[in-house]
Amino acid sequence: MSQPLVKATGLTKKFDDFVAVDGIDFEIRPGEAFGFLGPNGAGKTSTMKMITTVSPITAGEMTVFDLDPRTDGATIRSRLGVVPQENNLDEELTVEENLYVYGRYHDLPKPVIRQRIEDLLAFAQLEEKRAAKVESLSGGMKRRLVIARALINQPDLVILDEPTTGLDPQARHVLWDRLYRLKQEGSTLVITTHYMDEAEQLCDRLVVMDKGKIVAEGSPQELIENYSTREVVELRFAPGQSQAGVEALDGLAKRMEALADRVLLYTDDAEHLIDEIHERDIVFDQRLTRRSSLEDVFLHLTGRRLID
Amino acid sequence: MAAITNALRQVEADYIGYRRTWRGRIISTFLNPVLFLAGMGFALGSMVDRGAGDAQLPIPFITFVATGLLAANAMQVGFGEGAWPIMAGIKWRKTFDAVLVTPLTVADLINGLLLWGAIHLAFALGVFALIAVLFGAIEPLPALLALFPAVLGGLAFQAVATAITSRLEDETGLTTMMRFGIVPMFLFSGTFFPISQLPDWLEPVAIATPLFHAVDLVRKLALPGVGEGVVTTIPMWVHVAYLVVMTAAGWLLAIRFLERRLKK
Repeated sequence: MSQPLVKATGLTKKFDDFVAVDGIDFEIRPGEAFGFLGPNGAGKTSTMKMITTVSPITAGEMTVFDLDPRTDGATIRSRLGVVPQENNLDEELTVEENLYVYGRYHDLPKPVIRQRIEDLLAFAQLEEKRAAKVESLSGGMKRRLVIARALINQPDLVILDEPTTGLDPQARHVLWDRLYRLKQEGSTLVITTHYMDEAEQLCDRLVVMDKGKIVAEGSPQELIENYSTREVVELRFAPGQSQAGVEALDGLAKRMEALADRVLLYTDDAEHLIDEIHERDIVFDQRLTRRSSLEDVFLHLTGRRLID
Repeated sequence: MAAITNALRQVEADYIGYRRTWRGRIISTFLNPVLFLAGMGFALGSMVDRGAGDAQLPIPFITFVATGLLAANAMQVGFGEGAWPIMAGIKWRKTFDAVLVTPLTVADLINGLLLWGAIHLAFALGVFALIAVLFGAIEPLPALLALFPAVLGGLAFQAVATAITSRLEDETGLTTMMRFGIVPMFLFSGTFFPISQLPDWLEPVAIATPLFHAVDLVRKLALPGVGEGVVTTIPMWVHVAYLVVMTAAGWLLAIRFLERRLKK
């Protein structure tokens, strides 16, 4: 197998007494879309900042493109495309100028930048906005521009820190479509997210992070198979009834999670479980049967939900 | 050599930004100084030149004010360049984060910002000096000569402002610096009257300020042979040394503080 683009062992980041990243190991291979899934504060962004050489490593070892972030920062950064959590575009400049300036930072010749701007405007579906000032763009457009900007140096590795946080559903789908295209074209992507659906749609392989540690690793499918059941039955009880409900359900499912607003029952056979619920004459308000998702994996591994 | 190329990339970025924003800055950069020159130089000057008490200047008041304003304008432009755009880059727009994931380092960024600052100062002060020449306040050649110390003074303010802003949490600190640093210096460091007019105990305070050194140096170069009463007897190299040390200290501290702020 080819050399990993990023290889980390015991990677640690401390801020004074706070341990943001607590000795994690991972490898990112060429051509894959690799995800870091976890709630806010799990250490995802700190990990990204160490890969982009912006944040010094506290302990452990990491190589990016076989180079040392401590000494080869500039060379590493010249081969990276970075999409930060917050759009940090120059709002006073036009769409085109933002791309141009970034190309110059990467020391690309002007004719090359001009050609790439054409390609990237088409990719980001921003051709008609080329001369518009960034401050006039919608949230989705700004996000696409940040991604286009990150591609100006034709990076070997694209790092996307929460690419769709804060976007409306339609804008998210447009963005996913673009990222999916990048993936099809063979780009290596690193994506952090606290959205299950995003991780399931885009990532070939992912790690689940919680409190600075990696708690599980695999493809979305593997994770669901290993840490959850095939199906989930969700029950909602009338106010005040859920305690009694939880007691009555005891022993029915493989595993049960009582959340604030509903009870999750994990099973490989939902139909059979529902029959049994009816047999026990359990009274509930609403019922929903669905397939297990990464959200359930996370809940199982940490006892908490991803977005509270 | 990457360091030079990278700094020039930042200069180019600043220039592109300037093309988009110079109109919004026209009032503070060009119009205000000219209004001061007209108001103070012509209007107040006509009274001063007629003679009031024993504090008479050996030169027209407008010449005195024009040379003072050249340095004071440099201070304001330099401070402005080292304050708000830095806060924007760090905090408001976070554009510095975007720069620092390209091959540029914090040092490249600061070098570029200061280099651009010098170019911008030369341009802004050049326009002011030209207007002062057209007003008949300064002779063309001395005006050109005085541009150098004025740019140096402005750069010193920019470098120090950049360093301080790199440590500020929010913009209240910038307003404080403006109120308690820039404005008092503007009024009391020799722009509008010789510091010998200050109460005896205040004179050393004025001499300690950077603006005084820029003002005095500008006058010594722009008004050769002008005597005491207009300028002090402090040798020119002291002024130069003061401003060079201030620029260098601001520059190095800016790199250090910004590194600490953005590369955590």
